[in-house]
Amino acid sequence: MTAKSMLDKIWERHVVIPESPQTPAIVYIDLHLVHEVTTPQAFSLLKERGITVRRPDRTLATLDHSIPTRPDLVARGYEGMQPAAGRQVRQMVENCEEFGITLRGPGNREQGIVHVIGPELGASQPGMTIVCGDSHTATHGALGALAFGIGTTEVGHVLATQCLLQRKPRSMAINIEGELGQGVTAKDLILAIINQIGVSGGTGHVIEYRGSTVSALSMDERMTICNMSIEAGARAGMMAPDDVTFAYLKGRPMAPAGADWDKAVQDWRSLASDPGANFDREIFLDAAQIEPMITFGTNPGAGIGIREDIPQPTDAASRKALEYMGLKPGRPLFGHLVDMVFVGSCTNSRLSDLEAAAAVLRGRKVKPGVRMLVVPGSHKIKTEAEKLGLDKIFTAAGAEWHEAGCSMCLGMNGDIAAPGQYVVSTSNRNFEGRQGPGARTMLASPATAAASAIAGAVADPRNFLNDGSV
Amino acid sequence: MQAMKKIVSQTVVLPQTDIDTDQIIPARYLTTTSRQGISDGLFYDWRYNADGSENPDFPLNHPGNKDARVLVAGDNFGCGSSREHAPWALKDYGIDAVISTRFADIFRSNSLKNGLLPVVVEPEVHQWLLEHPGARLTINVEAATLEVDDGPSFGFEIEPFAQYCLVHGTDQLGFLMEHLDAVVEFERRRA
Ligand code: SF4
Repeated sequence: MTAKSMLDKIWERHVVIPESPQTPAIVYIDLHLVHEVTTPQAFSLLKERGITVRRPDRTLATLDHSIPTRPDLVARGYEGMQPAAGRQVRQMVENCEEFGITLRGPGNREQGIVHVIGPELGASQPGMTIVCGDSHTATHGALGALAFGIGTTEVGHVLATQCLLQRKPRSMAINIEGELGQGVTAKDLILAIINQIGVSGGTGHVIEYRGSTVSALSMDERMTICNMSIEAGARAGMMAPDDVTFAYLKGRPMAPAGADWDKAVQDWRSLASDPGANFDREIFLDAAQIEPMITFGTNPGAGIGIREDIPQPTDAASRKALEYMGLKPGRPLFGHLVDMVFVGSCTNSRLSDLEAAAAVLRGRKVKPGVRMLVVPGSHKIKTEAEKLGLDKIFTAAGAEWHEAGCSMCLGMNGDIAAPGQYVVSTSNRNFEGRQGPGARTMLASPATAAASAIAGAVADPRNFLNDGSV
Repeated sequence: MQAMKKIVSQTVVLPQTDIDTDQIIPARYLTTTSRQGISDGLFYDWRYNADGSENPDFPLNHPGNKDARVLVAGDNFGCGSSREHAPWALKDYGIDAVISTRFADIFRSNSLKNGLLPVVVEPEVHQWLLEHPGARLTINVEAATLEVDDGPSFGFEIEPFAQYCLVHGTDQLGFLMEHLDAVVEFERRRA
């Protein structure tokens, strides 16, 4: 018997009709996540053709991208939304009603960013195929699923048939060994990986992250890593399910229970790649070499250690990026003035991310003149954080505490920076204009973001973890 | 989708590498619920100055490029978000093909479903095209070839099913719907 990778195993389980030279495979989708931005045109297509949603029970809907998160705006309902966003949200509510899909909208206890609530509800499970009209769907791969982003036409395909036409992607193993240093987080690790393989290094591949470093990570940390697989161009990222995964899932509302649970765990244990499984590409990394990272350019691959100098540009694109960022090569970002700090997004808005930011902020103040937003990934996380008093730490420090949503990650809801402003952000993309036209984004971990808010400048989180001095 | 067998056009060149979907269409244009007028947001922050006036330096704004249906872009085009608004905006603007050395997976897949042809060429061919903006060429979808007027001709790779759908204007959803019996059987087997 040939050794199989986790990708091979999950793929095989979901092939309805195998691929041929002329046609891709028809692949069954276990879970379809939908949100307001990438679905309206898909629902319209179904209506035009008189097709129903085949499996509303396998469709999980939320509102996250275009809704406000500022509490005073959220309280005003549709009135608090920008008009176009309001129309989009209304359309989503109507579509879900018409097609019999349960929508987790604002005020719903299960609302949140699509990639946060899937795992949180226990809907995302090992061995599943999971898709969403959103490129960060790879997040769910942290649970041992094959999860990837699709476009709106494909959203229509899944709504109508619960299937997709796909050719099998290639596989890549990223092996990470060793211990992460103090103050070095999963976010730093994935920024270092993207820096190493490049923003198109994973194109056409599904990445399996493995090794002792990965096994030692919590589920929250694993999700941070898988989340950003797309920033290396990969179709998906995944990690073998293990006891950490099972402990995370047990008891969640949509996870199997009772005898089903034991059966499921037994099956899930068989998903890990067999020893000797073949990968099209393999990469090795030493975790101990990684420093807290921050980006200086306009793609997530443009990262450096927090104390390192900005490298000399090598081509027209990197020159243009530095010009856009208003930065000079040959000096570090450390100490560079900051206007805004954003802690949130499906990369870093889970409870442990908020705790990491709060640990740095506790008893300290955000530098006057700096605006800091803390936006939990889901309503549930918000409630849990408030139980722990984290909201008090943030507001006492002078940060804004918001309702759940994507917020400044893509600035669709009006949470944006002004042209030319510098933002240290825990989100996943530093593209030109992503956080507002002309806004300059520097990606970093929650600890680095919080440290930078206090210093009013890019700061090394390790200084705040040791003795509290800057 | 309309059948598309051949594209005859001059090129317009955007040499920048890693052009992401946030540049192709910024997020603030994603609140639309239709596809109408979606090209208004195409390359918005590059096409227009901060005061809303047209940026005369942006290649798409050059008077000689207004009719170009083929975009030649730097390496790794379309990375980032899964927003199908990106190919919709390009197509709505009048672009039928994009040529580069590499495309992001989701962008490529989205494009092929909307009659926008992503053409991957070898670095040398790419370099030549970058250096010859406005070159006139013919892309033959059926033969998967790219011919420069009075110049050389090159083959390119295209996934056979996507090619078939483009050439015949076949709708992939229709194809999937024809196989619903197999899907039902699959679900029954797994239950
Ligand atoms: S938080 Fe950002 S990356 Fe994540 S789903 Fe929302 S917009 Fe996309």
